[in-house]
Amino acid sequence: MKREEILLELQDIFREVFIDDALVLTDETTASDIDEWDSLMQVTLISEIENKYNREFSLEEVSNLRNVGDMVDLIMKGF
Amino acid sequence: MYYELPKFIQLKKLIKENGVTSGKKFKLAVCGNASTQHIAEAIRGYSLYRGLNVDVLDADYDQIEIQLLDSQSDIYSYSPDAVFIFLSSEKLYSLFCGYDKPETFAEVYFEKMKRVWDSIESYSSCKIIQTIPTEFDDGVFGNYSGKTDLSFLFQIRKLMFMIMSYAMSENNIYMLDLQKMQSMYGRYQTYSEKSYYMSKICISLEFLPRLAKSVVDIIEALSGKVRKCIVVDLDNTLWGGVVGDVGINGIEIGDYGRGQVFTDIQRWLKALKNRGILLAVCSKNDEDKAKEPFLSNPDMVLRLEDFVAFKANWKEKNENIIDIQKDLNIGMDSFVFIDDNPFERNLIRSMLPQVFVPELPNNPEQYLDYLRSINLFEMLSFSEEDSERTKQYQIESQRKEAVASFASYEEYLDSLNMEGKIESFSDYQAPRISQLSQRSNQFNLRTIRYSTEDVINIKESSQKIGLSFSLKDRYGSYGLVSVVVLELKDNNQCFIEEWFMSCRVLKREMEQFIINSIVSEVQKRGIKTILGQYIPTSKNAMVKSIYGDLGFEKLGDDNWLLQVESFKPLSTHVVEERE
Repeated sequence: MKREEILLELQDIFREVFIDDALVLTDETTASDIDEWDSLMQVTLISEIENKYNREFSLEEVSNLRNVGDMVDLIMKGF
Repeated sequence: MYYELPKFIQLKKLIKENGVTSGKKFKLAVCGNASTQHIAEAIRGYSLYRGLNVDVLDADYDQIEIQLLDSQSDIYSYSPDAVFIFLSSEKLYSLFCGYDKPETFAEVYFEKMKRVWDSIESYSSCKIIQTIPTEFDDGVFGNYSGKTDLSFLFQIRKLMFMIMSYAMSENNIYMLDLQKMQSMYGRYQTYSEKSYYMSKICISLEFLPRLAKSVVDIIEALSGKVRKCIVVDLDNTLWGGVVGDVGINGIEIGDYGRGQVFTDIQRWLKALKNRGILLAVCSKNDEDKAKEPFLSNPDMVLRLEDFVAFKANWKEKNENIIDIQKDLNIGMDSFVFIDDNPFERNLIRSMLPQVFVPELPNNPEQYLDYLRSINLFEMLSFSEEDSERTKQYQIESQRKEAVASFASYEEYLDSLNMEGKIESFSDYQAPRISQLSQRSNQFNLRTIRYSTEDVINIKESSQKIGLSFSLKDRYGSYGLVSVVVLELKDNNQCFIEEWFMSCRVLKREMEQFIINSIVSEVQKRGIKTILGQYIPTSKNAMVKSIYGDLGFEKLGDDNWLLQVESFKPLSTHVVEERE
């Protein structure tokens, strides 16, 4: 699976979680770019991503995420 | 298999989309020994899902004592209807680990919570929804943890039990049992290590909707919505097989094979009946064939006398349920319908949307746990009258049959030899009064719901008079049937703060007896005028003009007045009971 495809799928997940159909993600998007992206939302996002890709990330993996690009990299590791 | 609920993100979506619902607002404050933001959100979202208007105030992280011991706190100025107190075991455990005397942990923590509950009761009249925390073993003592008071397992269990025992005598505290839910769903359904270490979320996202549902179930019951009757199908619901095909000895029931499944379902229904839920049958069958197993199959747990209605015929089930509802005279929304046939379930859902129709798993052996997991019958108090309820309704249908044998309704009333009894509120009556207040929706003038605690407060107040009425006739006793709360005002006036009556005694001229009793009661105190008010709800239109019918003068839209001096006792067939 290509990076771009994953970024688009991730964008769908973000749109669902933040209930915002206009939300656009780039590799550089961080929590400070999206108002409601707090630690509770982070847990929600991770849980949705895990469900989607049928994976379970470790606390270490999710603690090291700095931006959306890191998330894409993490998901790529499974393919 | 468990009852399915919407996911947490769907609940969040509901909050974002509608925000508000109509209906009476219920204000809930949420606080805990951990972060409760996500719990508050789940409750908000789930109440929208159920169409309830619940406003939620979330206190910040770990604010139980800061908020609830201070009479000036945000929570008290919010004046909530209830405060939900969440206790996370993970947080309790970190506290426990820092303790010098672990064997005293439960007692010390209980005392701390008791101070919190006491101050809630002295600073506010709100209800308390207290969690019973979950248990876990920290693996330090092995199985020995069960017999040493030094272990966390021992202390957390002791704390749970202390909370439960204390709540038995505290009418204002309602239990939300997280441990019960954890033993049903499992530790890793209720708790997620990663969520906890990522952002101190003590309840897993998957489990939040279940917790929210449990809180909302209690809120609904506090607002007077309780389910009263369960309507069941027969073939493949109460027993295996079709009795019309296999005969009474061919149906699956008893201690062998699949029969055990249905025996357990019947045992559960019998236990519900014993605690006051009415049972009714609605089955497509010939009546005599449908009744036969109850009469002659010794393995049947349920007997015909356990049911308040038995509809076995070839009419559509929605028509039968309407008939049952009319007979029992209880709200359609207090019915639950259980049927193995998806066609019948969908029929009832579309024809009678107020009836609660649980989906059922594919196999009967899964029915019981599934039904148990829904929490169909939330309750706030229990009295002996509950266990007599089925009998009460059965006597009532005997009365109905008797009406036909009299030439006039007057003659029928004459024949009943009705005796009414008026009593002041008492501790003994308090749970019954509270229950009738939660259950009465139609004959209810101002729809104030009284907890047992409220009843006792009225009893002790010098400004209020609480009167309860019971009725009996030649068929038996109806028990407590009506309650009146009077508020004494200046200028020799009194105001009927509340009057509700069980619909079982409509058309018995009990209303007239009650007004006569109120007047003679207030006359003793020199009261000159009685004021009455009607507050409309979606269900109480039947009493809109009751005060007018009983001789009050109209003061304005829904306000009424009665002059005590010129009052002439109303004629009624109910006479005062002699001791």
